Amino acid sequence: MLTHVWIIPLIPAIAFVAILAIGKKLPRGGSEIGIAALAICFVLSLGVAAGWIQRVNHPPAVEANGAVAAAVSDGHGEAAASDLHAAAEETTPAAEESHPAESASSGHEEEASGHEEEHVTPPVVRTVTWFQSNGVKFDVGTMIDGLSTLMLVVVSLISLLVHVFSTDYVAGDRRYTHFFAFLSLFTASMLFYVISSSTLQMIVGWELVGLCSFALIGHWWEEKPNSDAALKAFLVNRVGDIGLLCGMIVLFFAAKGTFDVVTINTMANEGQIRHMLLLVASLSLMTAVMSKSGQFILHTWLPDAMAGPTPVSALIHAATMVVAGIYMVARLYGVFFNGFSIGTANINVMAAIGAVTLVFGGLLAFVQSDIKKVLAYSTISQLGYMVMALGVGAWTAGIFHLFTHAIFKACLFLGAGSMAHHIHSFDMKKDMGGLRKVMPKTFWTFVIATCALVAVPPFAGFWSKDEILAGAGQLGGDGGYPLMLIMGTLGAAITGAYMTRAIWYCFFGERRGASATHEMHENGPRITVPLIILSIGAIVVGLVNVPNTGFLSWVPGSYALRFEHYVEPTGAYFPGGLETFSHPEFNIVLALVSTLVGLTGVLLAYLWYWKDLGPHGLTERSRLARGGYKVLEYKYGLDILYVDVIAGSVKGPIARAANWVNQNVIDGFVNLVGTSVRRAGGWVYKYIDQGVVDTLVDGSGAAADVSGEVLRKAQTGKVQAYGAYLFLGATVLAAIFVIAS
Amino acid sequence: MLLNEFLLLAAALFCIGVYGVISRRNGVLVLMSIELILNSVNINLVAFSAMTGAVSGQVFALFVIAVAAAEVGVGLAIVLAIFRLYRSVDIDDVDLMKG
Repeated sequence: MLTHVWIIPLIPAIAFVAILAIGKKLPRGGSEIGIAALAICFVLSLGVAAGWIQRVNHPPAVEANGAVAAAVSDGHGEAAASDLHAAAEETTPAAEESHPAESASSGHEEEASGHEEEHVTPPVVRTVTWFQSNGVKFDVGTMIDGLSTLMLVVVSLISLLVHVFSTDYVAGDRRYTHFFAFLSLFTASMLFYVISSSTLQMIVGWELVGLCSFALIGHWWEEKPNSDAALKAFLVNRVGDIGLLCGMIVLFFAAKGTFDVVTINTMANEGQIRHMLLLVASLSLMTAVMSKSGQFILHTWLPDAMAGPTPVSALIHAATMVVAGIYMVARLYGVFFNGFSIGTANINVMAAIGAVTLVFGGLLAFVQSDIKKVLAYSTISQLGYMVMALGVGAWTAGIFHLFTHAIFKACLFLGAGSMAHHIHSFDMKKDMGGLRKVMPKTFWTFVIATCALVAVPPFAGFWSKDEILAGAGQLGGDGGYPLMLIMGTLGAAITGAYMTRAIWYCFFGERRGASATHEMHENGPRITVPLIILSIGAIVVGLVNVPNTGFLSWVPGSYALRFEHYVEPTGAYFPGGLETFSHPEFNIVLALVSTLVGLTGVLLAYLWYWKDLGPHGLTERSRLARGGYKVLEYKYGLDILYVDVIAGSVKGPIARAANWVNQNVIDGFVNLVGTSVRRAGGWVYKYIDQGVVDTLVDGSGAAADVSGEVLRKAQTGKVQAYGAYLFLGATVLAAIFVIAS
Repeated sequence: MLLNEFLLLAAALFCIGVYGVISRRNGVLVLMSIELILNSVNINLVAFSAMTGAVSGQVFALFVIAVAAAEVGVGLAIVLAIFRLYRSVDIDDVDLMKG
């Protein structure tokens, strides 16, 4: 199972082709193919997860690592096998050290469980050589460890639910079949991306998901803003892609000519790559993360991407594609951890970007009246949390937040789609309000997901966000990452406030605008069932990583920190073995403080909207407040900077230069070619065609004419004349024979 | 032996036949001349057969006689058709294929 995961992305890829080919002829327009493919994928992903859990519980013996690696890689994958071999050899001493300690303290349960986690579970890598050039092998393959397994499950689960949701939501759309085809292609690309075993393959998957994002944002391209948003997403991502290419190239040469993820990480962790190179690579790759995962100053495409259909927003721009950047950092964590010196610093670029994003993105959510844009900025803010977590060294916290966020943000987006399904408007100030009574299922699932997002215990978001904050407070050099801790706590209050505001506008008060004139009712099961499944997820998934230290020490060891146990990689390709790497401890004070801060945000918003308390009308009275509001409304002026200043100043001169080149150089060349071809043609016509060819044709005609005139005289029509010719000929022949013999 | 005389007779008959085929204008006479040519060939066949003692020549002569009878049947039918069309058997009148 773990060696054949290549089947999983293949299934939706085949579904993509099948839907395009025969989807229109099917009774449900191809959606049944997509759903069937995704259901198979989801089951297979669960199978992979079960296989991986099995492997962690019973890790192959350290001595047998080489044999295992050789067994899982076929004839083409010898290089990868030998790499693994090297990795296995490196980890052997550490594992042997732990064995005596384990036997000495085997009576104590906590100690034993601590040692259990030091078992090395090597990833299952299987590669084939794509092509060879100049002695360098370009391998592609699959790499399965806890992280890729988690991503497989998350992507296929969310994608399956979104497919089901879409069958109702986009029913009757003019490009219904097309929509499902691209959903399948997107899922295939994302699954392909998360099981990559080489950085080259990651680039391919990265670009493929970008392409699908472009196609789906512009699904209703007949309206100009939608195609503009699609172009913007594509172009802003292109900026980051340059960074991705540069970073991957630097890593390729730094790792002495290999694209293999395991090898690159192992070399980075063992100090075989100079720190300067790692820093340059990390900074370049950080640009890519900023664009793909919507980090502050390259986040501007993400809110505009809400122009796409809502299921797309839920699948791509909240739950799966935007975490491609997070995944890349997590996958190449050896590079980032050592490049940014995460374990020993008090601030670094990644943590700073994440912290700035989570606060500034959250603030922007306050001035939006479009529910999807509120959720988009919320996504940016939560992605900021993940980047910050990775930036402070809390790998597991970041990935855990990725997991919980995928569930509850998908629920929120699908809930927004459910609200807007009848009125075709996302403007919560103008067209919503009072939906609580008419759409109870949507309301309750939305509230549950909001609780998870605001990190109310014991909902999912609480456990992950708390772990991130604990990481910011405890990891790093002396004193931790204080700035990140403050920003993260502040972000919790902002999150609480803007989500309360959104709930007020959507579900409470009077029904306004389109929702007042429309007859509103709850949607059918194809929309509500995914919502309910996701909201149950938003309640329970946090429990997979319950800590058992401090206040919660009563939690039995075999139930605590399961996520960390199964998902966090072990072995030399992950910096977990370095002495600067550690895990944050659960801290009841911090958990209480952050929860209280978050609830304070909720309370303030509640007082403001429900009870009408607070300084209303401040923006009219105070110039300072109005200025602040304007800054937010203009999104810190970044769009103006990009579109008007940068693009505007570049496109004028460049367009003129291109026009000049076009008119003078290219057209001149084309004209020259045209003129000379015309002259050559004239010469050929005059001399070759008219002179030689025509003479030959005319001559053969005339010759046939003349000879016919001569020969027709022999055709007398008299049978006796022919008889005479016959006998004459026979006589002549006889004479020749006689003379010749 | 006597072969020369037979050959000379056959040659003479052949020449008379050829002359008749080329110069006669009556279709029936042309057919008769063709018979002369065939018979000259028959004489040759039988003469050589008698000289060498092989029977196949005489068998072949019998075949020629049979084929000649059939040929005359076809030829006379053609002449009859010509007569119906032109009211004469003068084959100089039949020159539709003149180029």
